[in-house]
Amino acid sequence: MVKAKIATTSLAGCFGCHMSILDIDERILKLAELVEFDKSPINDIKRFSGQCDVGLIEGGCCNHENVEVLRAFRKRCNILVSVGECALMGGLPALRNGIPMTECLKEAYLDGPSVVDGSIPNDPELPLILDKVYPCHEVVKIDYFLPGCPPSADLIWESLVGLLTGREADLPYELIKYD
Amino acid sequence: MNEFVSRIRERNMKKLVIDPVTRVEGHGKVTIIMDDQGRVDRTRLHIVEFRGFERFIQGRPYWEAPVVVQRLCGICPVSHHLAAAKAMDLVVGVGPEELSPTAEKMRRLMHYGQMLQSHALHFFHLCSPDLLFGFDSPVLKRNVLAVAQEFPEIAKQGIFMRRFGQEIIRATAGKKIHGTGAIPGGINKHLETADRDAFRKDIEQMIEWAAAAVGLVKQVHGKNPTYFDNFGSFPSNHLSLVGKDGALDFYHGTLRAIDDQGHKIIDQVDYTDYLRHIGEEVRSWSYMKFPFLRKLGKKLGWYRVGPLARLNTCDFIPSPLAQKEFEQFRAYTNGKPNNFTLHYHWARMIEMLHSAEVIKQLLADKDLTAGELLRRGKKRGEGVGVVEAPRGTLIHHYKVNENDQIKMCNLIVSTTHNNEPMNQAVARVAGQYLDRQQITEGLLNHIEVGIRAYDPCLSCATHALGQMPLQVELENSRGEVIQRAERGSGA
Ligand code: SF4
Repeated sequence: MVKAKIATTSLAGCFGCHMSILDIDERILKLAELVEFDKSPINDIKRFSGQCDVGLIEGGCCNHENVEVLRAFRKRCNILVSVGECALMGGLPALRNGIPMTECLKEAYLDGPSVVDGSIPNDPELPLILDKVYPCHEVVKIDYFLPGCPPSADLIWESLVGLLTGREADLPYELIKYD
Repeated sequence: MNEFVSRIRERNMKKLVIDPVTRVEGHGKVTIIMDDQGRVDRTRLHIVEFRGFERFIQGRPYWEAPVVVQRLCGICPVSHHLAAAKAMDLVVGVGPEELSPTAEKMRRLMHYGQMLQSHALHFFHLCSPDLLFGFDSPVLKRNVLAVAQEFPEIAKQGIFMRRFGQEIIRATAGKKIHGTGAIPGGINKHLETADRDAFRKDIEQMIEWAAAAVGLVKQVHGKNPTYFDNFGSFPSNHLSLVGKDGALDFYHGTLRAIDDQGHKIIDQVDYTDYLRHIGEEVRSWSYMKFPFLRKLGKKLGWYRVGPLARLNTCDFIPSPLAQKEFEQFRAYTNGKPNNFTLHYHWARMIEMLHSAEVIKQLLADKDLTAGELLRRGKKRGEGVGVVEAPRGTLIHHYKVNENDQIKMCNLIVSTTHNNEPMNQAVARVAGQYLDRQQITEGLLNHIEVGIRAYDPCLSCATHALGQMPLQVELENSRGEVIQRAERGSGA
């Protein structure tokens, strides 16, 4: 049997959604029978090695690098899934939307009480920040959405197995949370 | 090779980029500038993301902080949850010694559960491929699934230890990730007896496996001690909280810093006074700041935090099996501070064993299942909360106005303290293994091995919001800036 390929990434997220994926615990071993991982922060594959069946996206877009990675995922993954509030709606990081950038900068790098001789980082190695934090579906087409902060491991597991095997996922009401 | 590395020719210099750094939590990249002879000229670990928590938390009600700020980081949310709760305890007028016994013990159980899960995650899920297969093993092997195939027993133990820790968090905080257990002045529930009994059944097994994990690190080390000791190592200062009598304590204590010879730089410092002792420097190329001890200044005042630092600063470990391992650990460097980068793994596993032992002690305590949950005192306008998170000292500081809104927030997270040490480790490893070498993917992984030892949580460290990098510099061949164009940072 050819194993399905999945890729995952964390954009402007806290990694909690990836942790929730790992919370499937010993089912990780079962997952290994169903799929092969391509690009993901939990392995060392840094560039896509081929077309993938499913891409899981954690986090929204807060800088141009996020946008590029998300576009690459759209191109390389047949099915793209937004995992968690940050990917769905921007999540907590989107609380900055509506606050002028200069204020955030000043607070962190100039006015912070422990800062000594502050200045604002501005090296060309640092990616360009966007005016707002954008949910993923405003940047590319997203096929499925898993709500929750983070979505529970059971929800992720059920949906993923559903997608990979083509059987309808069993998603009882209690699995779906909007926290 | 070009798959992994982009090379840019500039002034006869060559730039290697490792982007993203993988099997760490969060987002970072490394740049290495080499001259045309292949000599390493300069290395940097950049933290490339930014959030802006300090600013956007302003105006939110104070009691939201413990649930909101943990969303900085899904790997050790409990640390942020508890540091914020401790700060807000002070705001509602409850000092660290005034919490009810139930509240303090529930929080400790939650915290030690998290220490267990986080250390297991780091060691088994993220780092074991390097240690078991070798630093330049094939890319496709360097992940936990490959470990599961070749060393199923080790992988299984790692997965189950992490699960046990996560279950403790669920039972104390309501949810495995981003729970709600701690509230200003206490905790919102007792431990269910059914949960307690289930944990009691499994805890001996966890202790046994954690002890085996310490053995595994020693075994890996024993294969080539010189290599292991020298890998990316350098002398440094060390900082952590230490408990009463100098005990290792992850939940509460006073600040102690020592130098590379073990002399105390500061000791028994009340952490609400942290601003007098710790300052932060900003460098243009990273969104992560560089903390230092004010007493020693920017240049000399940087220090390590985390498992290695904690085992260097504390005097003893208050649980029998871990204390025995601790004595061995200390004896290895003749009682002097251990400055070997890869020994973080050894220290981390000793701490994991200690956490399992503490959980066992706590599970025998009847305060967990009954007793007073919450206390209140006289409201104050300011609070500082500090815990030892899995990755090191974590500082939360808030000011609250008369309408109960947060008006100031300052966070110094664990990984930020380790910013300079991680950059040092990158520089050392690059000097040791990349200088004048044919660069291969495996060699580049060595750099990441050096970073991974610190278990950096780059998610945590990206809470600050940075500026658009809109500065253009024109340099002459000597690297002097001859022209600079800059645009203001409007929204
Ligand atoms: S949805 Fe929640 S858990 Fe997931 S990345 Fe965002 S803050 Fe973290």
